Amino acid sequence: MSSIELHDMPQNPASSTVVAQPIAAGGYWAGVRRRLSRDPITLAGAGVLLVMLLLIILAPWIAPYDPYHGQIPLRLKPIGTPSHWLGTDELGRDMLTRLMYGGRLSWILGLTPVALALVIGGAFGIVAGFAGGWLNTLIMRVTDVFYAFPSVLLAIAISGALGPGIGNAIISLTLIFIPPIIRVAESAAVSVRNLDYVESARSSGAGSVTIVVVHVLPNVLSHIFVYATSLVGLSMILAAGLSFLGLGTKPPEAEWGLMLNTLRMSIYSAPEIAFLPGLCIFLTSVCFNLVSNGLRSAMDIRA
Amino acid sequence: MTQPRKTNLETEMLVNVRDLAVTFATGGSTINAVNGVDLDLAPRETLCILGESGSGKSVLLRSLMRLNPARRTHVTGSIVVCGHDIQRAPERELADLRGSVVAMVFQEPLTAFDPVFTIGRQISETIMRHEGVSRGDADRRAVELLELVQVPMARQRLAMYPFELSGGLRQRAMIAMALSCRPRLLLADEPTTALDATVQIQIIVLLRRLQQELGMGLILVTHDIGVATETADRVAVMYAGRIVEQSPIAEFVANPLHPYSRGLLGATIEAAKDGNRLKTIMGAPPDLSRLPPGCAFLPRCERAVAECRSVMPSLRSPSVGRAARCVHVERE
Amino acid sequence: MLTYILRRVVYALPIALCVSFICFMLIHIAPGDPISAIVPPDAPPDVIQQVRVEYGLDQPLLVQFGIWLSHVMAGDLGRSLATGRPVLVEIRAALGNTVALGLAAAIPGFSFACLIGAIAAWNRGNWLDRAVSGLAVTAVSIPYYWLGIVLVIVFSVHLNWLPAMGAGSAGRGWHFNWNNIQYYILPAITLAVIPIGIVTRTVRGNVSEILSQDFVTTLVAKGLRRRTMLLHVIKNAAPNTITVMGLQFGYLIAGSILVETVFAWPGTGLLLKDAIFQRDIPLLQGIVLVLSIFFVALNLVVDILQTIVDPRIKRHAGR
Repeated sequence: MSSIELHDMPQNPASSTVVAQPIAAGGYWAGVRRRLSRDPITLAGAGVLLVMLLLIILAPWIAPYDPYHGQIPLRLKPIGTPSHWLGTDELGRDMLTRLMYGGRLSWILGLTPVALALVIGGAFGIVAGFAGGWLNTLIMRVTDVFYAFPSVLLAIAISGALGPGIGNAIISLTLIFIPPIIRVAESAAVSVRNLDYVESARSSGAGSVTIVVVHVLPNVLSHIFVYATSLVGLSMILAAGLSFLGLGTKPPEAEWGLMLNTLRMSIYSAPEIAFLPGLCIFLTSVCFNLVSNGLRSAMDIRA
Repeated sequence: MTQPRKTNLETEMLVNVRDLAVTFATGGSTINAVNGVDLDLAPRETLCILGESGSGKSVLLRSLMRLNPARRTHVTGSIVVCGHDIQRAPERELADLRGSVVAMVFQEPLTAFDPVFTIGRQISETIMRHEGVSRGDADRRAVELLELVQVPMARQRLAMYPFELSGGLRQRAMIAMALSCRPRLLLADEPTTALDATVQIQIIVLLRRLQQELGMGLILVTHDIGVATETADRVAVMYAGRIVEQSPIAEFVANPLHPYSRGLLGATIEAAKDGNRLKTIMGAPPDLSRLPPGCAFLPRCERAVAECRSVMPSLRSPSVGRAARCVHVERE
Repeated sequence: MLTYILRRVVYALPIALCVSFICFMLIHIAPGDPISAIVPPDAPPDVIQQVRVEYGLDQPLLVQFGIWLSHVMAGDLGRSLATGRPVLVEIRAALGNTVALGLAAAIPGFSFACLIGAIAAWNRGNWLDRAVSGLAVTAVSIPYYWLGIVLVIVFSVHLNWLPAMGAGSAGRGWHFNWNNIQYYILPAITLAVIPIGIVTRTVRGNVSEILSQDFVTTLVAKGLRRRTMLLHVIKNAAPNTITVMGLQFGYLIAGSILVETVFAWPGTGLLLKDAIFQRDIPLLQGIVLVLSIFFVALNLVVDILQTIVDPRIKRHAGR
């Protein structure tokens, strides 16, 4: 390690001579777009996600084989087989097809809980932030109780009690993402509520609804949205995890987590095949996290 | 642990700075914080560096202990403090100097102290570091220091955390910490700016008294003329990274040479009494990343002439001990 | 100080109560008649009737909760449908194994995370910082159960260096030798990956922020030695870091089910999975309750620890 470095000038004297750029509303989003366009890592992540999205949406049209029926004699063919580029699974089904179809369910299982939690948690959080008083206390204390549970355990417990199935998995995952979103939404709403320009709008006679919709909501929503994007990666991992345990999708559906489970038996004979579904989950999760980080950096004015 | 080299003390200047220039690289631009400064300080002398925000005075002060962030800072010129070449000294030598031979008092004591350690611990650790004494001895000395800076109930205050003290007491504690190893030179960066008006006077008086009792040199950076008149032997006015006037304090107040100095003195509340309007200096401080070739004060000067635009005036001395960078100042 | 601690304990009690209620409700959200969740399907009618009375299944919900709670406080978590043994007995054995694995993951893992997080913050902006940040992002994005499988593929199937599953002689006495340790390695790594990523990120952020504060300049201006300055940084970074590490340790213990499934580790996670698939609701409920209460207690301990380490909280609370 080098000698102790002073990482930042305390009371930077130079800053007082730099003229501050006023940030107009339109200018802010242009600035965000500009910063994003100069961030190669975030763009790469977004690009990969886009490609994956296309592949899984277009699966029914471009996938080479049937994801549900395979030929047992062709089971566990390795990667690079001329007719099956990514090999075949333990029932002889084409891996490339299975992965593409599997992506559909995996993405649905991963994205839906976060989207639902965003809406539900966002609503509760914003209400709590603005209402204040006993309503705020009630909502936040109930949220605290759910925070007392470790997320994985709660998801599994609820799934376990409800039973396997896509719907149940989505329900249990949504429930564990609602509390953190409520917290972020409430804190964003509270800080915006106290801002000066809301005060001035109020004093100029604007009604509460107008204030909320015109001034506050856009600000708060973007904040919550960026936070939610940071949860998608984890949601994908947990959703696939539930399927891996047998609590999500059921055979013969194609889904990355489920495939990881069924291929596990074959790791001694065809390890590379078992490697693939997890790789897809990993890739998706990494890219969502990179994009979320990039969004957060781009939207941070201070940066 | 090496003792800093102590040379022939009393005859040698405490501080000798020649042609100092400090620039920062930030983002795309380069900030010229200090542009060619010469500075001297004799032992037991108090120099006040006067200037507004962005004049480079804090940067100048920190350069004397090489406290600017090394990665972004580019320094040229020579800095000799207490016989040590600050620019060329290895890190170990600097660390031995800091806190023992040269010490600094910062502007905001609440953030300058570590919030999770007690005041006493932070004073004692300096003493233990430089004088190699035990914890018990260091603590005893810390109590003496707190009493020296007139902190009541010194022993109890030792065990307190910075946030538990009032602003004035905190600053006294910081002064105590700076004095803990009997420095020969004390640097104070706007020590009273963050304090209430009533407390400011107490701290200023305290600093002056301690400086005289302990025989230290003192360089005090401030934007407040009142502080300068109260403490300084000499004053140096900084503008846009340069010293535009140097003078003994009495002569400075009686007859300021540089138009900026005149503006500063005219802008005091005192001057504005008796129904006169508060005279302000029109305009704003310059952009340090885009300095003009001529006199930097030009846009705000009432006495600007054509000559001022083309070249930066050198320091002209109308009498011994006084100098100013202005074309209107007669050379001796 | 003591009053502060007591206050935190008292505040935790309603949370524990609500947590218990949610666990209690697990039986009722399960499809089917609650009674079928508690007794085996082939039980004689008088046993069924007895259980119905004992658990108050005809009574209103809150009364049932009260009855259930009183059983729990007495240590009776019911009986496992699969084995007939008391739930508490089943859990006790398994919990030890899970905690052992958790410690094996946390102690080296968190130390490593703190180290590289600090190094990254020190070298802010240069390649070392970027490498560590990249590593952290990767770590939190990995489906860790998949990583476990990959590790098994590499180290067990291909190289045959480490065992693929089981816990060796864990649970039958501990011996500090390779025979035992080898079983811990792969599961511990798998379990620790995501928490390591999170702790690294946290430490890097904390230390970075501390290094940019004013008091660091003062420390330099006092000419302190490097190790003293390190002490200052650590003490400032400690409160938040301890909190995050404590939370992550809680997740390690409570969320171990996926790792234990991959490695057939005989802990509470595996027990939970078996309970789910055997529809052994009393066991399921018992495990969730024990783990949740453990998590609540852990949060409480971390909370109090933070107070001890950060003087600002203590003094402010005491006023």
